[in-house]
Amino acid sequence: MTENALGTAGQQAATEAAGGDRTATSSPPPGSAGGPAPVDSAQPSTVGGPPPDAGGRPPRPTLGRRALALADSLWRPALVLAAFFAAWWFVAAREYVPNYLVPTPGQVWTTMTDQWSELARHTMVTLYETVLGFVLAAALGLAAAVAIAYSRTLDKALYPIVLFAQVIPKIAIAPLLVVWFGLGLTPKIILAVLIAFFPVVISGVAGLRSTDPELLDLAATMGAGPWRTFRKIRFPNALPHLMAGLKVAVTLAVVGAVVGEFVGASEGLGYVLLLANGNLDAPLLFADLILMSAIGIVLFVLVEIAEALLIPWHASRRAGVSLTTS
Amino acid sequence: MTAAPAQAGTAIGMSNLTVRFSSRRSQTTALDDVSLDIEPGEFVTIVGPSGCGKSTLLKIVAGLVRPTSGEVSLLDRPVRGPQKEIGFVFQKAALLEWRGARANILLQAEMRGMDRAQAARRADELIEMTGLTGFEKALPHELSGGMQQRVALCRALLHAPPVLLMDEPFGALDALTREQMNAELHRIWRETGTTVVLVTHSIAEAVFLGTRVVVMSARPGRIIRTFPVELPAHRDYAQVMSDPRFDRLATDLRGLLGSAAANH
Repeated sequence: MTENALGTAGQQAATEAAGGDRTATSSPPPGSAGGPAPVDSAQPSTVGGPPPDAGGRPPRPTLGRRALALADSLWRPALVLAAFFAAWWFVAAREYVPNYLVPTPGQVWTTMTDQWSELARHTMVTLYETVLGFVLAAALGLAAAVAIAYSRTLDKALYPIVLFAQVIPKIAIAPLLVVWFGLGLTPKIILAVLIAFFPVVISGVAGLRSTDPELLDLAATMGAGPWRTFRKIRFPNALPHLMAGLKVAVTLAVVGAVVGEFVGASEGLGYVLLLANGNLDAPLLFADLILMSAIGIVLFVLVEIAEALLIPWHASRRAGVSLTTS
Repeated sequence: MTAAPAQAGTAIGMSNLTVRFSSRRSQTTALDDVSLDIEPGEFVTIVGPSGCGKSTLLKIVAGLVRPTSGEVSLLDRPVRGPQKEIGFVFQKAALLEWRGARANILLQAEMRGMDRAQAARRADELIEMTGLTGFEKALPHELSGGMQQRVALCRALLHAPPVLLMDEPFGALDALTREQMNAELHRIWRETGTTVVLVTHSIAEAVFLGTRVVVMSARPGRIIRTFPVELPAHRDYAQVMSDPRFDRLATDLRGLLGSAAANH
């Protein structure tokens, strides 16, 4: 290695250490000496006639590098969150806003630990409604998407209605559901299904329709029936779209469950929220909000993990670990 | 390599094929009265200006497009619906991006329900033959364009089809890779004895690979002329390029295609 190259590499490292340039994820691994040149030449090339050896392929990211990438993508949002909590603490502790409106994080924490057994029970209720609603919405949505993608008749008859039904404020149906199904869990689950259903259908149809027509021609010349073509080609091809829809759906399912509890319930985080609101119990209100958000975040991350396991090959997942929906 | 069984009759028979596409406002004739017989073991290349219906012709043979009128037969059987006795290679490699190279090749076997062990052995043979060794697990995005097209070629050859249809398979490759792929395809054709129909824009490719070159006119696509290629069956790329017979034929083709495009 020349002096010059060493100098450049050193500078690069310095920039990264200073948190300046965003090149950390694309820079060569510590083990590979030199600048970017050797990495480039390791790309597969057909010019050289005989096949290059297997080592010539760019390596898949290892677990350690994935963890590093994850840490790299997390520290910035974590910093923003920390700043937000600090501001909250400052405003509440100094009582710029009265404590019955904005409690301190400490008060919220005390409330949460003191009433943990009660809060945990209500959280489990809402979590149950949300998960069941999401799973049903995913299954029904996928079935509808397949029907619409495969049948021209259903496409023409159903799809416009599905699109149009998007504009109906489904939350407004909640009172009706309570009238029909009572105060139990059923109306909450139905509302969660109704709200989470649409992103699944729409992303599923978009995914199933995005199959390269040449691949379908190819499948036809392979003599494969519709089921094999679906299983081997169309469904895996639709997964990236579908997973994006499921991520939207899982957060919407929480909304559906909580709104369902607002309208009429005797348990669940939505019910606790209304109680706390009525009693002007701000710490309980905040604790409740945090638990609702936690449900959403945990479920979202679970879908993210499922996505990473199901479609590691997709372009959206290649550049290390991403925690965005886009 | 096992040679494809020699067929007694014609590999592909096309008689009076006409294709019209009608939209709301207009009707276009893509193919006009095309007749062509292809013998088993032939390597027929089809050249013509863009939009002359060359690709449509291949799709008709594969049973993917129904002609407006005329008859097609594949291995002496009339073509009705998609055909299984063929391998198809498109301009795009059309690989499944979630499968590695070897798994992409084996898609052919899974879709056909072929014997797994036998298909795996055959895939390994093809991988070796096309120089993909070491890239068995590489995903399509990790492969260069030439490598991807090799995978597509292996996939098309996995079931040892008696007929191979290729629609501008090397059109998206750089010139150097393209020459190399031409030489490889020529070798594979010699080794397998498969009947090949290849559509191309490249006169050099058409002459180097073909035992017969079919020239088509601009839309509506008709066959203007058919040239036998008088070059040895065993061809070396550099030798062919400097062969006077190659030059003569290429010049003739260029003249014919020039006038075909000018008349349009």
